Amino acid sequence: MLVKAYNIKKKFDDVNVLEDISLEVKEGEVVSIIGPSGSGKSTLLRCLTQLERVDSGKIEIDGKVMVDTKDGKTVYADTNTLHEIQLKVGLVFQNFNLFPHYSVLKNIIDPQIVVLKRSKDEATKIAMELLYKMNLADKSHAYPCELSGGQQQRIAIARALALNPKILFFDEPTSALDPELTGEILKVIKNLAKEKMTMVIVTHEMAFAKEVSDRVIFMDKGFIVEQGTPQEIFGNSVNQRTKEFLSQMNSYNQFY
Amino acid sequence: MKIDNIPIDLILKNMFAATGTVLKIFFLTILFSVPLGFLVALARRSRFKIISLPTRIYQLIFRGTPLMLQLFFFMYGPFYIFGKGFERFTACIVAFVINYAAYFGEIFRGGIAAIPKGQYEAAKVLGYSRLQTFMRIILPQVVKNVIPATGNEFMTLVKDTALAQVISVSEIFDVASKAGSKYFSAIPVMIAALFYLVMNTAVEFAFKLIEKKFDYYKI
Repeated sequence: MLVKAYNIKKKFDDVNVLEDISLEVKEGEVVSIIGPSGSGKSTLLRCLTQLERVDSGKIEIDGKVMVDTKDGKTVYADTNTLHEIQLKVGLVFQNFNLFPHYSVLKNIIDPQIVVLKRSKDEATKIAMELLYKMNLADKSHAYPCELSGGQQQRIAIARALALNPKILFFDEPTSALDPELTGEILKVIKNLAKEKMTMVIVTHEMAFAKEVSDRVIFMDKGFIVEQGTPQEIFGNSVNQRTKEFLSQMNSYNQFY
Repeated sequence: MKIDNIPIDLILKNMFAATGTVLKIFFLTILFSVPLGFLVALARRSRFKIISLPTRIYQLIFRGTPLMLQLFFFMYGPFYIFGKGFERFTACIVAFVINYAAYFGEIFRGGIAAIPKGQYEAAKVLGYSRLQTFMRIILPQVVKNVIPATGNEFMTLVKDTALAQVISVSEIFDVASKAGSKYFSAIPVMIAALFYLVMNTAVEFAFKLIEKKFDYYKI
């Protein structure tokens, strides 16, 4: 298991955002997390990528314990371990978060040089290979502001991949894009799935989740309501709440 | 050379001499108040109230009282309190630096606050340390953010040097107003206006240039 998370709880002020979440992700697995807004999907990703601290629970990534709760006490690992774990995960944001003052190439090589201490030549070589893969080699000297949302998101994916993460998290990677650009990102993710990249994707693209995932998790109100293969969830879910949500998403998609 | 019975060449000579003082005040104030303002901004952002609150009070006092009064304070205050004070020009620089750092603090604080949270988060997930994030990702963008407001302050500073005369530091306006009353003429003051305008034109050009240098990207 690459990711093991047990009994994760997280509160913001007095609102329980994650009630009691347990989740395991195998190497090479593609997991989609779906659910209504406010169900805690993004918060879960943010806890797994260390952008938020959990209130209690245990998280282990690639055999390293990030946080554990014993006798009611929640303890995070030391700074070095946390940094090592950080390097094993990548995160792709909804609004890309590229560094606007760096060129496309610098966005991808700077973390490699600064964080992994790679040489500039090596980092550039890796960056250019990724840019070719993303079909953006001709944009290496452009600045993020000169690119479309879809292009920016592909750069963000390349930037994350350049650090060779064991697992890549996506937080609604297409929500800021129009439908035409959504397609190019989904294609990239599909290709990564073919290469057996381990991925956890929070998404509202039901058709895509159905197509690309090995497993789909439906979350609501801070709980995992149901999980299973895409066929189980989209085909014949027995859960009332899941059915409601999916039928709402269907009518929404038909309407627009 | 005389116009209107005034020895223009003599006045000009005195004014050029005073320009040296003005430039000295200007550059020394920038040299110290910009880095100090930066520290003020960081102190204001501190999550420890014991650091942020006194900083805020300092800013309130020095932005809330006249610079002229502060010049008097640093010139004569130490004599009253310690029986020993600054030399005239030093007192002038201290007052300007402490006053301008309060304003720069606010400008830089705004510049830092304007950086989206996502930039910090992206850097953290990529494995940058907090210092690396600040130096490589945040600071360069802050510099771009604060260029226009900083240019404003620089131009104000050029004009504010005229206040140094209240503690008898002889600068351009001091020379001009003395000559004005001596010869009973407005011409020296008009010439002083030209001096300030020329200096601020240089400041304006410099900032236009810096702005252009940072124009290669948009946030």
